[in-house]
Amino acid sequence: MDYKVVIRPKKGLASIDFKELWHYRELLYFLAWRDIKLRYKQTFLGITWAILQPFLMMVVFSIVFGGIAKISSDNIPYPIFSFAGLLFWNIFSNSLNNASQSMVANANIVQKVYLPRIILPVASVVVTIVDFVFAFLIFGGILIYYRFMPNFFGLLFLIPLLLLITFSASLGLGLFLAALNVKYRDVRYALPFFIQLLIFITPVIYSVSIVPEKYHWLLALNPMTGVIETFKAGFLGTSAINWQILMISVVTSIIFLLFGAWYFLKTEKTFADII
Amino acid sequence: MKEIIKVENLSKKYRISHKKDGMAYSTLRDDLVSIFKKPFDWVQGKKENKEDIWALKDINFKVDEGEILGIIGLNGAGKSTLLKVLTRITPPTEGTATINGRVGSLLEIGTGFHPELSGRENIYLNGTILGMKKKEIDRKFNEIVEFSGVEKFLDTPVKRFSSGMYVRLAFSVAVHLDPEILLVDEVLAVGDAVFQKKSLGKMEEVSHKGRTVFFVSHNMASIANICKRTILLDSGKIVMDGPTPEVIDYYMGLRKNKTAEISWQNPALAPGNDQVKLQGARILSEDGNPISEADIQKDILVEMTYWNLKEGAKLLTSIHLVNSQGVTVLTSFNASSASLAVDPWYEKARPKGLFSSVCRIPANFLNDGLYSINVYIASYAGARIAQVAEEKIISFNVFDTGAMRKEFSGAWIGVVRPRLAWETKYRGNDKQ
Repeated sequence: MDYKVVIRPKKGLASIDFKELWHYRELLYFLAWRDIKLRYKQTFLGITWAILQPFLMMVVFSIVFGGIAKISSDNIPYPIFSFAGLLFWNIFSNSLNNASQSMVANANIVQKVYLPRIILPVASVVVTIVDFVFAFLIFGGILIYYRFMPNFFGLLFLIPLLLLITFSASLGLGLFLAALNVKYRDVRYALPFFIQLLIFITPVIYSVSIVPEKYHWLLALNPMTGVIETFKAGFLGTSAINWQILMISVVTSIIFLLFGAWYFLKTEKTFADII
Repeated sequence: MKEIIKVENLSKKYRISHKKDGMAYSTLRDDLVSIFKKPFDWVQGKKENKEDIWALKDINFKVDEGEILGIIGLNGAGKSTLLKVLTRITPPTEGTATINGRVGSLLEIGTGFHPELSGRENIYLNGTILGMKKKEIDRKFNEIVEFSGVEKFLDTPVKRFSSGMYVRLAFSVAVHLDPEILLVDEVLAVGDAVFQKKSLGKMEEVSHKGRTVFFVSHNMASIANICKRTILLDSGKIVMDGPTPEVIDYYMGLRKNKTAEISWQNPALAPGNDQVKLQGARILSEDGNPISEADIQKDILVEMTYWNLKEGAKLLTSIHLVNSQGVTVLTSFNASSASLAVDPWYEKARPKGLFSSVCRIPANFLNDGLYSINVYIASYAGARIAQVAEEKIISFNVFDTGAMRKEFSGAWIGVVRPRLAWETKYRGNDKQ
């Protein structure tokens, strides 16, 4: 094997070396595997947490927003309504949390070994798919409990597309936060607060239909709005799919990804020196 | 010979900011506040208290396959930065380095090891982080385990490993990366003496296999033993690049001007009290010149100078010699029964004024390495009362000239290294 390397200054925006990333694909796998393996080590409930967390959130939301506040859930049982939103919301929020800490948590690797650093946040985002799978199983159970028949067209076609949008948006934002966190540790304190606020401008606990139509485009700038609304419409059949909102979300999520990758690669060269 | 490394005009600039509170990282608030305070500076890219430092400047050299290259220089000369650039941990600011082969460094031992994961899991994780393929690890797995000697604990989380087992496993993975180019930074090497010895051994073994080795060290004896060619760095520049003995000689010559010496011109600031004040302490060569590098084959003089401020005082002078491990190698004082010749001022009432006391440490006695000196001056009038007690006040390095190494080149174990008499006698052949 040829290992010839030319080391030169990284001026401006270093382009992504896809050949090199391909060479390191196994590392991505091992890092993701490590994070999954370690996630629930030394916990009493173990992997049950992956199920318990969204389930308890759904219970609380159903009691507070569905039962007490009586928020409209487009005529479907509120637990199904909120859980559908939480499925994708949790990928997004967990990805942001994981990715933003990924560089600092792996500081010893960053300082001592060369590897395409972008692998670290990517691996931390990939891991959230595991939680999604477990949560989806619970979702299936809830659907059966309420004898609710979803639209299976959504399962085959929409879910892969919506997952792509979710990953693109959360990876983009995650890359930005990971790079920012290397320099400003404020991120660690600001992010949980930011995520808590963000859930209220995302239709997890409510439906876009209760917001005046002239503000819909504003909500759609948040890519998770398009993802969650489309899932509820296409899979649960709450309404017709709003393609306009979905398209805006696709575009914003791509912009997020490009911006995040740009910022990450721009600042990457200084990571080893300042982390 | 195949050219394996080619470095051209390599430079690395660091921007050092002088922060008041010495925080390791900035907070968003600090940066925002400074933008609002001086918006024009920010727009023009001016930052307060920032200074550019060239850790490396216009470095040029080539290394052929199988060469063992030593890198020496004072702390901050750029040795570690050079290794960091060559391992791609940090990019250069200017210039290029072309490397034909896989680079391994013993810096990275155990990088990515996770305490919660088992030995087996860590081998795979650490191996891929170092750049190995899974297939390659599969193939070398048994070898790695055997070399590390932790077979029985492969499925135990490494947090339950003893530190020795942990290092052995980590070392074993790093060694089996089998790089074409091995970078070793002895200055940064962690671990116990056994581990350090093992890595030095591995390095020699690697070099016999025709691999290229980069060896950074402060230890002139190891450099002299292992490397044929050496580069001397100073303030980020290559000062000299050539055969090791010449470069080491030149380096020692440079350091000769820096003396292991301390002195106080103003008695008011000097250590001591109203009876005795220390004026200074220094290491001198046989011919009386101040030095910081002492030849292992020559006598070393330790001089202390002090003011006696009390008419008629009787003073006792003493030194402790402490090595880099903190071991007190010897204690000596000027009492007549404890010294070779009677000190003329011992037990004599001294007039006021400046005195100088010199203790001679014989040649061919100390081992090589760094030593520091504690200085004590006591008065005695019935009882001894310490007047001056200064610890680690000066330090000096004893360097190995290789005079005792005609037959043996390894690490010379021992606190001291005296030349001793040996005599073997033939006692006959009465066993048969």
